[in-house]
Amino acid sequence: MKKLLMAAATAALMLGAASASASAEALKVCWVYVGPIGDFGWSYQHHQGLLAVQKEFGDKVETAYAENVAEADSEKTFERFAREGCKMIYGTSFGFMEPMLKVAKKFPDVKFEHATGYKTADNLGTYNAKFHEGRYVIGQIAAKVSKTGTAGYIVSFPIPEVVAGINAFMLGAQSVNPDFKVKIVWANTWFDPAKEADAAKVLLSQGADILVQHTDSTAPLQVAQEQGKFGFGQASDQSKFAPKAQLTAIVDNWAPHYVRSVQAVLDGSWKPAQVWDGMAEGTVSMAPYTNLPEDVVAMATKTAADIASGKLNPFGGKITKQDGSVVENVDDGMILGMNWYVKGVDDKLPQ
Amino acid sequence: MELLLTLLTIIMTAATPLLLAALGEMVTERSGVLNLGVEGMMVMGAVAGFGAAFMTGNPWLGVLASIVAGMAMSLLFGFLTLTLLANQVATGLALTLLGLGLSALMGESFVGQPGVKLPSLAGVDPLVPFSLAMVAATGWFLFRTKMGLIIRAVGNSHASAHALGYNVIAVRYLCVLFGGAMSGLAGGYLSLFYTPQWVENMTAGRGWIALALVVFASWLPLRILAGAYLFGTISILSFVLQAQGLGIPSQFLSSLPYLGTILALVVISGNKALTRRNTPASLGQPFVPDR
Repeated sequence: MKKLLMAAATAALMLGAASASASAEALKVCWVYVGPIGDFGWSYQHHQGLLAVQKEFGDKVETAYAENVAEADSEKTFERFAREGCKMIYGTSFGFMEPMLKVAKKFPDVKFEHATGYKTADNLGTYNAKFHEGRYVIGQIAAKVSKTGTAGYIVSFPIPEVVAGINAFMLGAQSVNPDFKVKIVWANTWFDPAKEADAAKVLLSQGADILVQHTDSTAPLQVAQEQGKFGFGQASDQSKFAPKAQLTAIVDNWAPHYVRSVQAVLDGSWKPAQVWDGMAEGTVSMAPYTNLPEDVVAMATKTAADIASGKLNPFGGKITKQDGSVVENVDDGMILGMNWYVKGVDDKLPQ
Repeated sequence: MELLLTLLTIIMTAATPLLLAALGEMVTERSGVLNLGVEGMMVMGAVAGFGAAFMTGNPWLGVLASIVAGMAMSLLFGFLTLTLLANQVATGLALTLLGLGLSALMGESFVGQPGVKLPSLAGVDPLVPFSLAMVAATGWFLFRTKMGLIIRAVGNSHASAHALGYNVIAVRYLCVLFGGAMSGLAGGYLSLFYTPQWVENMTAGRGWIALALVVFASWLPLRILAGAYLFGTISILSFVLQAQGLGIPSQFLSSLPYLGTILALVVISGNKALTRRNTPASLGQPFVPDR
């Protein structure tokens, strides 16, 4: 009897050891999302990245995620993940910057990557996407499709990413129609469907016939559809909400970056970097072109391909600012800190 | 002219949810109950309305569901504060938190689904005339009927109303339920007509604005109407001014609806005697029938 017990105990121990070594082999990768994964926008797209990592690496990785993490609660979440054995942790909101910096210091053996931030550490890198490349393409489309020559642009907050988006959109539009106009409305919110719908209706009543948004709800597209006008999806393909109105959407595709980054951790070659990928790397892509004439689709496809191949730089060449001064060789640093409009934007930038 | 009409329609859409919720809360408060859970009842109305319309394909069932959901939330509030005598302020705040969390849970599978839109009747969105009719109806009911007089009596001095033989708790239950129904409907208006979709926290603070309107409007229906439409008008005009590219700072324009509405309502409530006369004296006080 005693022997039997001993044998059973030994077997159990061995089993335990075996399973422990199995989990030690799998790299635990964890994500912290600011919104719900069902937002069909920002967090949804990051979660697609998690799924891609699962698919790519199978048993070699183990994944976990936390959604709807408020910026104030994020430190706890990062710390919990680090204690639970996550070796690679991604944080996907600008507001996670300081909490991640703190937790990264506490857990030097864990690797961290922060989306859209700018602070780094020995075990903390950043990654972001060149959304403005997509905005250049939709600018061209808008200028082709608009009959009134005026777009309505609903924006959230005057941060560089948004301002660079407006500029890229206008540069794209002006490359087709130098007199193209844009009416800008600041909603001062990322997400308030009713307010965004109001802004959209007002813009359409003021002579705009195509809507662009840098806010997160699908409400403006729905308004466009109702009034027989057009618009562009934000962050993901939103054609389900407005099949007759969406021309295309700028899709954030984080999967390639996540796959590369996890691969680097597995290889042992991961280093904290400041990654800023765009169309070339596949991080920014365009949703299928719909409700568009063939020549416009051809133009947009070519522009996107040229941007991806590096032949076309949306901010390349000489650019005239709103105040009439000319800048040249706009580099990444200038785009990441952009606080001026290009010529032709009829708005005063809120400071 | 056509532009003015378009703008007027946009303003009406923006003002209607505020008007509906504020009218309901006005009746609740007139009976002496302060329900701070308007936002929670609204958001539950929004998710229930969207869900019912989405699953049955009938937006009118959605309207019904939003009313029922708002009433269910207010019934919970009534049970806690009127029967169990819990603190009204704390319970109301808890009701908002509960509504926001519960609606997010219930609505998880509705996120990303296109909604069913309430059809317009003869070019007019049906809830706009309804909300205007409710202004007249609540005003007539509160100030021209015996039942209205009883409600106001209960709200002003529950002990006296009780001594006169009125069932204070029953009257308050009914008024709380009416408030819940109107808040739920206001939420349903958002998810069925304004922006036919469901997303978490889609009421975005409108319940709080409705609450503030009731107080600033001195619990008077016509002033609530004025306040709601003023708020809607200024928010839409601030977008128009921005679209005109006049270069007025947008942060200032965004705060204008709040500033403007408060200012206007403070000015019209300059008549102190009128304000005092209309403030429910027993507001927020629990009532225990002692004999």
